[in-house]
Amino acid sequence: MADSNVLERLYRQMLLIRRLEEEAARAYAQGKIGGFLHLYIGQEAVGVGAIAALQPDDYVVTTYRDHGIAIAKGMSPRAMMAELYGKVTGCSKGLGGSMHMFDAEHNMLGGHGIIGAHIPLAAGAAFASKYRKDKRVTLCFFGDGAASIQGFHEGISLAALWKLPIVFVCENNEYSMGTPLSRTISVDDISKKAAGYGIPGWQFRGEDFEEVHAQIGKAVAQARETSMPSLLEVRTYRYRGHSMSDPGKYRTPEEVEEHKKKDPIAIGKQKLVAAGYDEAKLKGIAESVEAEVADAIRFAEESPEPELSLLEPTTYDGPFAS
Amino acid sequence: MREIRYREALREAMIEEMEKDANVFLMGEEVGHYQGAYKVTEGMLEKFGPERVIDTPIAEAGFAGIGVGAAMVGLRPIVEFMTWNFSAIAFDQILNNAAKIRQMSGGQFSCPIVFRGPNASARQVGSQHSHAMEHFYATVPGLKVVAPAFPADAKGLMKAAIRDNNPVLVMESETLYSVKGQVPDDQDAIELGKANVVRPGKDVTLVAYSRMTHVALDAANALAKDGIEAEVVDLRSLRPLDEETIVKSVWKTHRCVIVHEGFPYGGVGAEVADRVQRLAFDSLDAPVLRVATLDVPMPYNAKLEQACLPQAERVIAAAKRVVSRGKA
Repeated sequence: MADSNVLERLYRQMLLIRRLEEEAARAYAQGKIGGFLHLYIGQEAVGVGAIAALQPDDYVVTTYRDHGIAIAKGMSPRAMMAELYGKVTGCSKGLGGSMHMFDAEHNMLGGHGIIGAHIPLAAGAAFASKYRKDKRVTLCFFGDGAASIQGFHEGISLAALWKLPIVFVCENNEYSMGTPLSRTISVDDISKKAAGYGIPGWQFRGEDFEEVHAQIGKAVAQARETSMPSLLEVRTYRYRGHSMSDPGKYRTPEEVEEHKKKDPIAIGKQKLVAAGYDEAKLKGIAESVEAEVADAIRFAEESPEPELSLLEPTTYDGPFAS
Repeated sequence: MREIRYREALREAMIEEMEKDANVFLMGEEVGHYQGAYKVTEGMLEKFGPERVIDTPIAEAGFAGIGVGAAMVGLRPIVEFMTWNFSAIAFDQILNNAAKIRQMSGGQFSCPIVFRGPNASARQVGSQHSHAMEHFYATVPGLKVVAPAFPADAKGLMKAAIRDNNPVLVMESETLYSVKGQVPDDQDAIELGKANVVRPGKDVTLVAYSRMTHVALDAANALAKDGIEAEVVDLRSLRPLDEETIVKSVWKTHRCVIVHEGFPYGGVGAEVADRVQRLAFDSLDAPVLRVATLDVPMPYNAKLEQACLPQAERVIAAAKRVVSRGKA
């Protein structure tokens, strides 16, 4: 990767995601955002590094912890923030909310709210690519909690059987909501399950976006060139609770602080410093991110809400069926 | 016009649509090499090859989900469940993904997919294999549900289902697969949401669908011998529901009996009864009655199974009840 333009772009993307979510948390506390809000803070290097290994035509599918992934896939901060605010200018017209970041133009196939159920769906996008021989790859993210459910097994099993061009990325943030891995699963590394499906799998740490990019890049190349799926486990950590309603009392402040020492954004900053970026240049990046975040918030606040008339045409294509 | 079987009509519809549109493909358990558990897909593997007629492992949630994902990005899958009983395994894919993708994405993605297979009772297959699943699905906005009774409708509705840009669930019946019927040589798609008056009458409206349309017709023929002319409305489509045709019939007959398989609690019959009482209240001379499967899991024993299922005798009794009340 080394190219400093790329480093800067990806560092900026991580910073943008972090700042957007910090502001989203603030807006949530003010009651401006409702429902669930699952923050990606601490995990940014995974989504950003992984998606940097894709072509724009490639598909991405993920869970409800989806803001960072959507931004990395090209969604505008305005569309993301307006969706959180439930506004009609949001990516899903305010009908989806935090968990449903869809962006057809950027081949972002959502944001899904049911654990593991999006894994077969992602395999379906990859199936379509193989059917049409269009050489696209699908990247499917899920958490460690998904590894225990039906969708994980059936989705990966079929993708392996039919050799679909897909990379399954388990973002292992060590907790399935409030339950540590040791109490939810019988292996310490979810990528070990790949062997049972006869596909490659490996584990790596996810704090350094260049490392993530390199590892995912290998898997994406395998998927694209030989239609071989793979199951990767990326070790990561979320600083916040499972969602905004979770104070995270199941882990110690020391544990969280220890992880913050390996903060992906700090690591990114060090890379830029090593590449010759001085304080002024870094400040310039930070300021442009702040301006973009402020613009997204303003846009979301000022946008209109969706009208009731939007519901029927978004439920059915064509006449409403009742 | 030709006489063909219900299963052949379904097959012809799939073949014709697959010949027209390369995005249409079929997947399910035993649909290919085995030639279909009920021979609906017989010969299709040879015709279209393994890339378009795809045998799946026993993984309903997996292949239903693959269908949904493929549909989101432009393919038009036909997903066969060996029976609708097994769709319970994939219920989440149909309920939370197929039905909701369009709305959750603000209309950016559609889900043009067909789920199909035999529904409701077969013969002595016990409680886990005798479910009438249609009302679970017909309650869900985002889905369409059809349940043809005759070969021509099976062909026309299947073609419409494949061409529709929404998820359409086709409820077939193991007990209808061998039933023969006249099908026009150029049978085209039949618009979803249109019921059909399959027997005119003036004394009572019998509303039915799928195999129960045949039971209602048997009952109507028997009632005619007693001087009662029943009008039989074959719904064909459960969602959208053709309330106009139902209500028009009730305005004429002033009485309504709904016949369907499946449990009575909150079923399709309850939905039809609600619409009839709301839209034809002033026309009714008797309460709307339902003849449904008895409110118990289906027993294996043949005599008890027949006792649980709606039979012509129960339909006749219900019709006579509403007719006599109206005349009293």
